Amino acid sequence: MLRLEHIFIAIGLFLAFSAWLNLRERRYAMTVFWAILACAFLFGRRINELAAAGERLPAQLMGVGVIALGVLASLRKLPAPAESQTAVEREASATRLGGRLFTAALVIPLATLVLVLGEPWLHWGAITAFDPRDHKLIALGIACVIALAVAGWITRARPQQSVVEGRRLLDTLSWAVLLPMVLATLGTVFTVTGVGDSVSVLMSSVIPVDNRLACVLAYGLGMVLFTVVMGNAFAAFPVITAGIGLPFLVLEHGANPAIVGALGMLTGYCGTLLTPMAANFNIVPAVLLELPNQHDVIRAQWPTALLLMGCNLALMYWLVFP
Amino acid sequence: MNHWPLIGVAVVVLGFVLRLNPVLVVVTAGLSSGIAAGKSLADLLALLGTAFISNRGLFLFVLTLPVIGLLERYGLREQARRWIERIRGLSLGLLLISYLAIRQILSMLGLLHVAGHAQTVRPLVAPMSEAAAAKMRDQELSEPERHQVRAMAAATDNVGLFFGEDVFIAFGAVLIIHGFFREHGIELSTIAIALWALPTAILAFIIHAVRILRLQARLKAAVRKSDAAT
Repeated sequence: MLRLEHIFIAIGLFLAFSAWLNLRERRYAMTVFWAILACAFLFGRRINELAAAGERLPAQLMGVGVIALGVLASLRKLPAPAESQTAVEREASATRLGGRLFTAALVIPLATLVLVLGEPWLHWGAITAFDPRDHKLIALGIACVIALAVAGWITRARPQQSVVEGRRLLDTLSWAVLLPMVLATLGTVFTVTGVGDSVSVLMSSVIPVDNRLACVLAYGLGMVLFTVVMGNAFAAFPVITAGIGLPFLVLEHGANPAIVGALGMLTGYCGTLLTPMAANFNIVPAVLLELPNQHDVIRAQWPTALLLMGCNLALMYWLVFP
Repeated sequence: MNHWPLIGVAVVVLGFVLRLNPVLVVVTAGLSSGIAAGKSLADLLALLGTAFISNRGLFLFVLTLPVIGLLERYGLREQARRWIERIRGLSLGLLLISYLAIRQILSMLGLLHVAGHAQTVRPLVAPMSEAAAAKMRDQELSEPERHQVRAMAAATDNVGLFFGEDVFIAFGAVLIIHGFFREHGIELSTIAIALWALPTAILAFIIHAVRILRLQARLKAAVRKSDAAT
């Protein structure tokens, strides 16, 4: 059975190869950066198993590694390695390969689609092809491998060429690639240290609870604000709903919990569109698309987010109360 | 209650305002919240390490980079541009609004990873949008306009993903809402939760589609202005 762990090991090998290429070019900071990250992927499962069994030294070393990643990321950015082909060569190659390039690019979404939808049929007796808990992520991983084979066949490139090109993009992204993981880690630290509970206690102490509109605003804006801080509406939902939504809206004013829940979560999503903390949606694409400012994607979407937030608050006020 | 762990939030806000490196800011914020909560260094390091490893799933998009890198080297983005130039009547608005609709529907069906910034926006949607905008007004885009169009392509992917997601029943957000209320003794049907997400999904589509059309109108107006000037 394929588990997510196998996909992680493939990522670990790619990271280790990138570290090695940087070492050969004497870009030592990038070498250490990718090497630490490769360790998290190659040995991560073992480290967490040992930590759960009480042997915490490897996990603590990984913690030191995370701090080291932060320090390395803040060093002066190295220029990305040069593109290996010029614009003219790319135009010529586009003419030669034409529509076949599209076919290869569409393999990732299409193969993911087929593997996700076909998952119920992918088993032989008691043996299932994918670990059912993570089958969507595994499907994406396998789709990437299939697409790599198709792309290699169409372009007739040598196999190591793809990893070299992948590493070029990886170095272009550099620390941005890491941000989603560190932010999620911060979310865990905030939860464990009780930051969420503090926020909801402080907020609920200032709301005039007998006013319906004030409660709706406090809940909706609380979701947005806390999502902006945490970068993730899923993390904000239990905290703000337990602190404000449930006691004041549902229990005090008899609001419909299904509507409170659905609209509360969606109002939180408006916050996700506004915050650099949601790095995988807002910062990574700005770097991927080579935009001059890392906040350019947020600039393109904040009007949508604020308008929709207003609509959601109005919907909530009209719909939730019986 | 100990409110000192909130210092981590202050560190994050301050760090982003001062434009320090986000990774460093976030790691510092985690450390300060942990220390303020009275955790020992040994506990805190172990927590950082295990939490970091548990969140590896967020790094999965990196696997698309070798494929995208290879195809780009052989001219994928150039080909995407040419393809758009060949289709008649395809404007920037039509392209991005169609993508918004497809992304919302895919995400309603639970197919979140089928599209994304690395998988589809960088190699396909962004260059196609630039080409569609340039074709629409018979004039190349300036550098800032090019960036605006690309940023809008990324924003469209986000809006489509987020506001389709809640509508499907057996899905992450709906299950979290359902689980939360069950934990607090309120039993809800997942269908009821999912249905109440529908009005917002429709509003999100309308609002963002109008904004895409307004960007298109702005880009068209810019060329008229430059024509008038010459």
